[in-house]
Amino acid sequence: MRAHADPAVLLPIDGLPALLAALGRDGYRCIGPAVEKGAIVMRELDGNDALPRGLQAEQGPGHYRLVADPHNRYFAWANGPQALKPLFFAPQETLWRAGRGDDGALRFEAVLPEAPKLAVIGARACDLAALALQDAHFLRPERVDAHYAARRARLFLVAVQCAVPAATCFCGSTGDGPVPTAGYDITLAELPEGFVAHAGSDAGRALLATLDLAPATPRQLDAVQVQGEAAAAAQARALPGKDLHDALMRRLDHPRWDEVAMRCLACGNCTAVCPTCFCHAEFDQPALDGASSTHQRVWDSCFGESHGHLHGFNVRPDIRTRYRQWLTHKLAGWHAQFGRSGCTGCGRCIAWCPVGIDLTGEVAALMAEQP
Amino acid sequence: MNTQMRFDAGAPHAATVVARTQESPSIFTLRLRLDDAAAQEAYRFAPGQFNMLYLYGVGEVPISIMSDPEDRDGIGHTIRALGRVTQGLAKLRPGDRVGLRGPFGRGWPLQEISGCDLVIVTGGLGCAPVVSVIHYVLRRRERFGKLVIIQGVKHADDLLWREQYEAWAKLPHTQVLVAANEGAAFWPWHVGRVTELFGLARFDPACAVAMMCGPEGMMHAAAANLLERGLPASRLFLSMERNMQCAVGRCGHCQLGGAFVCRDGPVFNWGEVQPLLAHRGF
Repeated sequence: MRAHADPAVLLPIDGLPALLAALGRDGYRCIGPAVEKGAIVMRELDGNDALPRGLQAEQGPGHYRLVADPHNRYFAWANGPQALKPLFFAPQETLWRAGRGDDGALRFEAVLPEAPKLAVIGARACDLAALALQDAHFLRPERVDAHYAARRARLFLVAVQCAVPAATCFCGSTGDGPVPTAGYDITLAELPEGFVAHAGSDAGRALLATLDLAPATPRQLDAVQVQGEAAAAAQARALPGKDLHDALMRRLDHPRWDEVAMRCLACGNCTAVCPTCFCHAEFDQPALDGASSTHQRVWDSCFGESHGHLHGFNVRPDIRTRYRQWLTHKLAGWHAQFGRSGCTGCGRCIAWCPVGIDLTGEVAALMAEQP
Repeated sequence: MNTQMRFDAGAPHAATVVARTQESPSIFTLRLRLDDAAAQEAYRFAPGQFNMLYLYGVGEVPISIMSDPEDRDGIGHTIRALGRVTQGLAKLRPGDRVGLRGPFGRGWPLQEISGCDLVIVTGGLGCAPVVSVIHYVLRRRERFGKLVIIQGVKHADDLLWREQYEAWAKLPHTQVLVAANEGAAFWPWHVGRVTELFGLARFDPACAVAMMCGPEGMMHAAAANLLERGLPASRLFLSMERNMQCAVGRCGHCQLGGAFVCRDGPVFNWGEVQPLLAHRGF
């Protein structure tokens, strides 16, 4: 575990409302966990919402159930279907608007989103790593995405160390968790008596200072370290390496691609829940009166028919080539694009796949035979 | 790359159709001028780059720029009416309005040809991205060696700019090799596969650059032939086509392995894309 420069403090177990109130005083709208339709979702918390407590997320291939946590913890659920992605890369939004005057001339104007100050409570290490990857894509210095940047600029992140990884988690093998090490303003580790809190930024430091908290004891710091090590050790799934580029690109004609294509429904759930997938389609939505038209973008998936469409033919006409595109982009193409794999080990694509296709299992099957 | 202006990737610029030419039953050329005179004056592109053309209320399509980069009055786009947007663009007439974003992508490596022979291989309607190179070379003829233009079409009627090919064929140090799988009356060129003509191309493999665009199968065959004749792979380039919606390496549709075709291409060195072109689906 990383040594923190800042001394740790202890937020009492009943201190979360005080933390939310302090963020509210600083003008943040708080986004945090809530139970909705049997899953943990991230949504805006109003002042009266109590954070869910005593829940674990039991996950497996094609399986997600909330079950009781015997220790009645706040953050014993590993994750839900959403990562941080929808908060910054909106599922659908207007990019620009075209208007047509009486003389037929077109006028174009950019449409930028309203971007409130947001504080996110409960970001996991895998989500912070995924956010850094989305930043690398949308905030490329040569071509910054104005819509993403507007939402991303005013963010306060409260991270949580995972104590109870789901059976689908494999962030230990991607190097992204379970202990948050960067990219947060405050990180919390939950113990029975409270949350050991570290600041990771000036904003986090200033916020913790307003709460007037006691220092964490050496025993509490030890307990946090043991908890992080145990969470890493408890992970049952893994990828066989952090850089699978060459190994995968040598197996483009492997029979496993045909086999997985027989099971894959090409529904795109995996790309929707993936915290790093960035593909989006653009389309026009003309107004009924014909006087204007908005140009929109909407999340797209490489499993869709239209993703590889090219005048008169489809670059990826079948599920075999689409699944292979997804997996080789995620685990190989990203190395060329962003200097690392596009997978942070959150396991969402495994849990939310309706037929339970397991990314780690597919990689293992591909690797089992020499190319 | 030259110092072209990078327009904002957000909203397009308003542009007006200043001329329209019907090239064949389904192919037409639109000459556009940006409505903002200063923007039109500042607009620069490199041969091989493309623009996103916007049809009001319908959407955008990526279209290669086929005009001469020195021509500052207008920007030429040769388009085949095939999909929703291009069929709409086909109905436009001079005076009609569109939106334009661009130029985007990496063009042809013109600086690499200096003093050497240039072999241009195109198939089907893929010629638009290289027509601006041909214009570019012909205007600066003294800087280049031999110019070899190899063009294949399915049917003789598919050859655009036929008079132009005939005129090019009469120029010194210029060789034009055209083939149609199906000929027609008064077809002066070869009938058969374009690959049958490669052996006739006269160029110095030790000092030549090849540029290809068109169907990927044709480019494969052309590459094999050119490499066999001793052209180094490092001097073989091609223009790739993929689904493009944002044009700035963001929407993800045009990815070819780790490359974004819209941003890292559309022009690539053969070695950059050959390993993936061998596998259908990328």
